[in-house]
Amino acid sequence: MTELEPNISSANNVKCISFDLGEHEFCVDIMVVKEIRGWSKPTPLPHSPAFVCGAINLRGTVLPIIDFAMRMGMPQTEPDASYVTIILEVGNKVFGIVVDAVSDIVTLDFDTLQRPPELESSVEESCLLGIIARDDSMMRVINTDVLFPRQVAEAA
Amino acid sequence: MSLTILAIDDSSTMRRLVQSTLVQSGYAVEVAEDGIDGLEKLDQVKPDLVITDINMPRLDGFGVIEGVRAHPTFNKIPVLTLTTESAAEMKQRARKAGASGWIVKPFDKDKLLMAIKRVCGV
Amino acid sequence: MSSDPLDEIRIVFFQECSELLEELEDGLYAMRDGEETDDTVNAVFRAVHSIKGGAGAFGLDLLVSVSHQFETVLDKVRSDQLETTPELIDLFMRCADKLQDLVQSAKNGQDSDASVCDALVAELLRYDAPAAAPVAAAPAASGDEVAFQVAPLDFSFDDEDDTPAASGGWTVTFTPHAELYQRGNDCCHLVGILKDMGAVSVRVETDNSPAWDSLPVETPFMVWTVEMPGDTSEDDIREVFEFVEDDCDLKVERAASDTPAAPQADEFGFTPTQLDLSDDPEDDFVPQKLDLDLDLPADEPTAATPVEASPPAAEPTPPVQVDDKPKAPAAKPAAAEKKTEAKSEAASTIRVDLNRVDRLINLIGELVINQSMLAQGFQSLDAPVSQQLSDGLGDLRQLTRDIQDSVMAIRAQPIKPLFRRMSRIVRETGESTGKQVQLVTEGEATEIDKTIIERLSAPLTHMIRNAVDQGLELPETRLDSGKTEVGTVRLTAVHRSGRVVIEVADDGAGVNRKKVREIAVEKGLVDIDAELSDSEIDNLLFMPGFSTAKAVSNLSGRGVGMDVVKRSIQALGGRVSLESEPGKGSVFTISLPLTLAVMDGMIVRIDDQLMVVSLSEIIETIRPTAAAVHQLTPTQRVILVRGEYVPIIDVGFELGFRPRLEDANNGVILLSETEAGDRSALLLDGIIDQRQVVIKGLEENYGEVPGVAAVTILGDGNIALILDVDGLLRLSEDTRLSDAA
Repeated sequence: MTELEPNISSANNVKCISFDLGEHEFCVDIMVVKEIRGWSKPTPLPHSPAFVCGAINLRGTVLPIIDFAMRMGMPQTEPDASYVTIILEVGNKVFGIVVDAVSDIVTLDFDTLQRPPELESSVEESCLLGIIARDDSMMRVINTDVLFPRQVAEAA
Repeated sequence: MSLTILAIDDSSTMRRLVQSTLVQSGYAVEVAEDGIDGLEKLDQVKPDLVITDINMPRLDGFGVIEGVRAHPTFNKIPVLTLTTESAAEMKQRARKAGASGWIVKPFDKDKLLMAIKRVCGV
Repeated sequence: MSSDPLDEIRIVFFQECSELLEELEDGLYAMRDGEETDDTVNAVFRAVHSIKGGAGAFGLDLLVSVSHQFETVLDKVRSDQLETTPELIDLFMRCADKLQDLVQSAKNGQDSDASVCDALVAELLRYDAPAAAPVAAAPAASGDEVAFQVAPLDFSFDDEDDTPAASGGWTVTFTPHAELYQRGNDCCHLVGILKDMGAVSVRVETDNSPAWDSLPVETPFMVWTVEMPGDTSEDDIREVFEFVEDDCDLKVERAASDTPAAPQADEFGFTPTQLDLSDDPEDDFVPQKLDLDLDLPADEPTAATPVEASPPAAEPTPPVQVDDKPKAPAAKPAAAEKKTEAKSEAASTIRVDLNRVDRLINLIGELVINQSMLAQGFQSLDAPVSQQLSDGLGDLRQLTRDIQDSVMAIRAQPIKPLFRRMSRIVRETGESTGKQVQLVTEGEATEIDKTIIERLSAPLTHMIRNAVDQGLELPETRLDSGKTEVGTVRLTAVHRSGRVVIEVADDGAGVNRKKVREIAVEKGLVDIDAELSDSEIDNLLFMPGFSTAKAVSNLSGRGVGMDVVKRSIQALGGRVSLESEPGKGSVFTISLPLTLAVMDGMIVRIDDQLMVVSLSEIIETIRPTAAAVHQLTPTQRVILVRGEYVPIIDVGFELGFRPRLEDANNGVILLSETEAGDRSALLLDGIIDQRQVVIKGLEENYGEVPGVAAVTILGDGNIALILDVDGLLRLSEDTRLSDAA
């Protein structure tokens, strides 16, 4: 498990965990990241939306797992043991997202957050807070509040 | 200069408040939750001062005062009553029962400390 | 830990309040039912008194004002100055309700409506007529002799002034009486305080004392004279003596001259003398040595230790004044006895942080899983296992179960407080709907897991309100139909076959089946031509979107219907059903598991996924034969079991895991019956074994899954779904309906 340093925010510097999906870089506020683990096969949940892989047992707690790529509206990947699960705690919901790898811990100035441009997928757009430029790349900042849709059963 | 105080009150909130206030002011505080418990603790706690509520089950404050004043060893220690009634009548009763003084609830920290000073000197 | 200690104590206060409010309610009920003992009224008084005390400490003014007046009237009752009438008790109950509200608001940091409180206080005041109370006599001013009325002198006390310090100052003279020491007071302390206040000089005069060896120790002979600076306030000086004003002769006068205070000419005509008092060696006390570092004029003695007035053995301690409370002394021994009992019961309880209990339960859950895994592991060894090992495993299993039961019992609590809350709901609902109701409860001592009790509160409240609002008729209507004016709502709880059964029954008009049917048709919930049995019509009430209240009644939950109630109860692993008889009344029956945490289940298999079905819902397992299975429609199959056709539910398909099984014969059927009596045949791939499993909810982190009640973690760490048979039935019916469409 990665050692996570406490987030020191001054002005609007936010520490984030970044990861790749295809050619795009995404990041999520480190404060909502509970832990990062390897991948284990989830138990499928009936009538769940396609992007919900299932549920896993995290030391006695049952959490749903989301396939991040599918959530972003991209074609389904076949996760395997090399994938990584990022466990998020948003409000009082705990869930995990499966990504192929975590890249880095970066500090981003959220004051420079811009509205996302027209992206290919509107689903993706709705899951983002915006984009932040970093070096010569664009970090897509995930809006964790909407990542896990509220009415999961109805989304099926 | 650490006095030992025995505080008797059936309300756990009151016990905590009194204890917290007095401990912060450097006193050692033991508590009891009713009169009988309090009197039983005298020998063990050896208090320099007893602060007691009036309205308690089993044995009320007056019973406590009586009990203290009848104790072979601790009969002369000061006893303060905690009362929500500032009525002169209650003070009279307390005094007649042998109380050294009284503190009115809700208690003012300074008044409490002054009352203790009056009867204990510290 | 930087938390404000006051915050912690605040939490203690609120905890204490809920206990006190319960005691208060118990006492008031006893008084209402004529079952009070000598101590009941005292206990009620003390509860309100304690709430008031704490409220004052935290500045909760409304709470203080209501409880203060409440306490005052209660005091009258306990001192027999006021008789308890039904109206008075009713007022008391409303006050108790109000206190509860105020405590709750304070806890949530909300404001309360002062006008309602004022109204209650006004009502209470009516019972507080001054004529009834013996007016507190003015305190006997025994030793309080202010010989002179001091006219304020216009001296400004200034260091730079030429005016000698003593001029414009105060002369405090006091002579303690024997009682002063007997009450634990001590002149030295008081003088010490005066010293802190800036006393200029202190003298002690003991001229009138006999020879020291014959000193009657209980009678002090000393006169203290203390000079205070002029800028001290007389009130402040007098305040120092507040406790002892009756036990001494106190004079506070303006210093008469500008010379250092000369010995006051008082009645004793003392002249200062040197004092040398030794300790009383018999005393356990270290007498306080009074050390005055003052610039004293040479001829004044250093005051030494005062005489210890030890109580003479023969002298009785001052009697406790009990004249105005005639009941109290008689009550005391009885009360002492009764409370000793209660105390010894109470002494066998401890307060535990619920989090700790939950943690313990989780650990036990893990233990169950572990033990289960161990057993599984041995089974799969496929090698003969020694008798000792086998016995050991059996013992382990039993021990684990026993520990689990014991731990569960920790969280089990009597349902009484919940029932008590309902009685208040009944009162309030009756008032606002103009119905006359009484609540009868049975089985208050029935124990249920604490979490269930908490989550049962909302649905139960709704059902009770419903019973009063919708079930019961208006008093006139009841009389017309030959019923008693006052309707009855019966609330009972009982343990039955491993579950807790709670019933809410009313003797009202019963379900208006015609109206219910109409509304259901109107809302499109039923086909207009549909043929429904009485029971089916009754249960329409539980359908989502159904609400018979045309005007959204403020009471029965803003149009929140019985469907929400049903779902809440199902979320608890329970079931609810309704039986009604027109004209006679209705009965809602809630059946709940004893605990939320653990369940006896049958482990079953679909493909390679393991799932769990609650043992309580399984009647038998069946190996289906081709002959027994009948295909009614392309999508509906039934199986013939002892002359009855039971619908087959293709679980794998209903859960969306795979297409329909072509052949029902290769699977296994679990014949199931729900609480409501609905039978179904669950078609599965295999049955593994029976096991006790720890239930883990999905709602928190995921949501509701139709057909799935919860999940569990198996011994190997994998997750298994716990099936909701009722839900599966519904799913299969939906499929049937949509297929037919």
